[in-house]
Amino acid sequence: MKWLKSTLWPWLDERLGLEDLIAFAGKKTVPVHRHSFWYYWGGLSLFFFVVQAFTGVLLLLYFRPGPEAYESVRQITYDINFGWLVRSVHSWAANLMIAAVFIHMFSVFFMKAYRRPREFGWWSGMGLLMVAMVFGFSGYLLPMNELAFFATKVGLEIPAAVPGIGPALADLVRGGPEVNEYTVQRFFALHVVVLPALFLPLLGLHLWLVQKFGNALPPNEETQSPASRRSIPFFPDFLEKDLAMWLIALNVIALLAALFPWDLGQPADPLKPAPSDIHPEWYFMSSFQVLKLFGRVFSGKLAILGEFLGIGLFTLGLVLWMLIPLYDTASPAGRRARRTTYFGLIALALLVITTLWGYAALN
Amino acid sequence: MNRPANRPPRSRRAFVLAAAGSIGACYAAAIGYPLYRYLASPVEKAAAAGAVTEVTLADAHKLPLGAVLMFRFGSKPGLLIHHRDDTWVAMDAVCTHLGCTVQYQPDRDRVYCACHGGVYDARTGANVGGPPPRPLRLFKVSVGPAAVVISRA
Repeated sequence: MKWLKSTLWPWLDERLGLEDLIAFAGKKTVPVHRHSFWYYWGGLSLFFFVVQAFTGVLLLLYFRPGPEAYESVRQITYDINFGWLVRSVHSWAANLMIAAVFIHMFSVFFMKAYRRPREFGWWSGMGLLMVAMVFGFSGYLLPMNELAFFATKVGLEIPAAVPGIGPALADLVRGGPEVNEYTVQRFFALHVVVLPALFLPLLGLHLWLVQKFGNALPPNEETQSPASRRSIPFFPDFLEKDLAMWLIALNVIALLAALFPWDLGQPADPLKPAPSDIHPEWYFMSSFQVLKLFGRVFSGKLAILGEFLGIGLFTLGLVLWMLIPLYDTASPAGRRARRTTYFGLIALALLVITTLWGYAALN
Repeated sequence: MNRPANRPPRSRRAFVLAAAGSIGACYAAAIGYPLYRYLASPVEKAAAAGAVTEVTLADAHKLPLGAVLMFRFGSKPGLLIHHRDDTWVAMDAVCTHLGCTVQYQPDRDRVYCACHGGVYDARTGANVGGPPPRPLRLFKVSVGPAAVVISRA
């Protein structure tokens, strides 16, 4: 033991800079106040991602992309021991991860944690959300069942609506004019190689920034005198609480996966009409419904215009959302800060309303 | 009550540690058991497939004199030899040395392993040359009017 401390540690430290790392890890503190609950959601998103990586590798052992995709998922679900559980956990944790990321994003927004010097935390987070949504979209097709087939068909109408190059782009993404086994193969490559390669460095940057700048104080806490603010060290105090939250999350996943195992559905059949309750995953429901509404207003010859406007509106909203840290820079009580909060409330309300509307319109 | 306020008594601390340890072990088992069974699925399937005691080789009775037929017995290969004197011999085709698949050489009337030069007798399966430590196991062969039935002797 003494040798470890007197010889091995200094030897490693000199070569790896371990003392600096420990100082960097120990520096961060987490503020304690009545909105501290929202600080858990980034960690929860990370936990769900770890579950995804773990169960994803397990599914990789038996999944076969291409023409056998449905059959291999059928084998995983019915033939392989506990395959139904692994697949169910992967599907549930994927949805819980997106939900946790959304909660994390809106809590960061309303606590104004994107302000100087945390702008890149906001941008890297938005990048992670977008990659996560493409993860969801590509993963949804892999079982190649009826629902996945039509959801992908409809989803790919969005790149197809890009003026000029749209149709050619959609054909390239699909690997043909229709969703087919090449589409599964492509989405598989995207899902297990390209997206992780984009996601992991972005996640590293995001976590490094959080560690560097620590958790932001919400505006109402900023106005308190520094003497009355309380905080706890991240390591080990907040991490212990994080771990407790992760344990709860693990139990929630286990319960959902065991009690509501994910459906396999019918194999995709290009000659069969779309089922009447066809709809995308809940996190695409809002854009799905907006496009449907625009399609109702702009019919016939104007349909392309409606689609273009709908997608344009969403893109514009997203761009504004990303640029918020450059707009809301002033003091917490300023006019811009208040306008930003209203903008966030309106965005949240629109998202919730169009999503619920989308589900209501299914029946 | 003259104990320091934030220092629980030793027995309670021990209880909490033991409880946390047992719960942790339960979680490890609840994740570890399905994980093991999931990974071991193909192994279990192969074991189930390997549990056969008899295979029927349709049309194998037409095998010419001096010819050999490779067949699958459960998950492992075997070889069926129709000797020139019209006797039938079937044996494991997995070399007892390091597990390569052996071959029948009709011109030298021997069973040979190309990996390390092991040689077996083509009638008894005895290891007669090279590194193999044990003979190849023989099967029972019964030649019918439409098939050859191979079973564990």
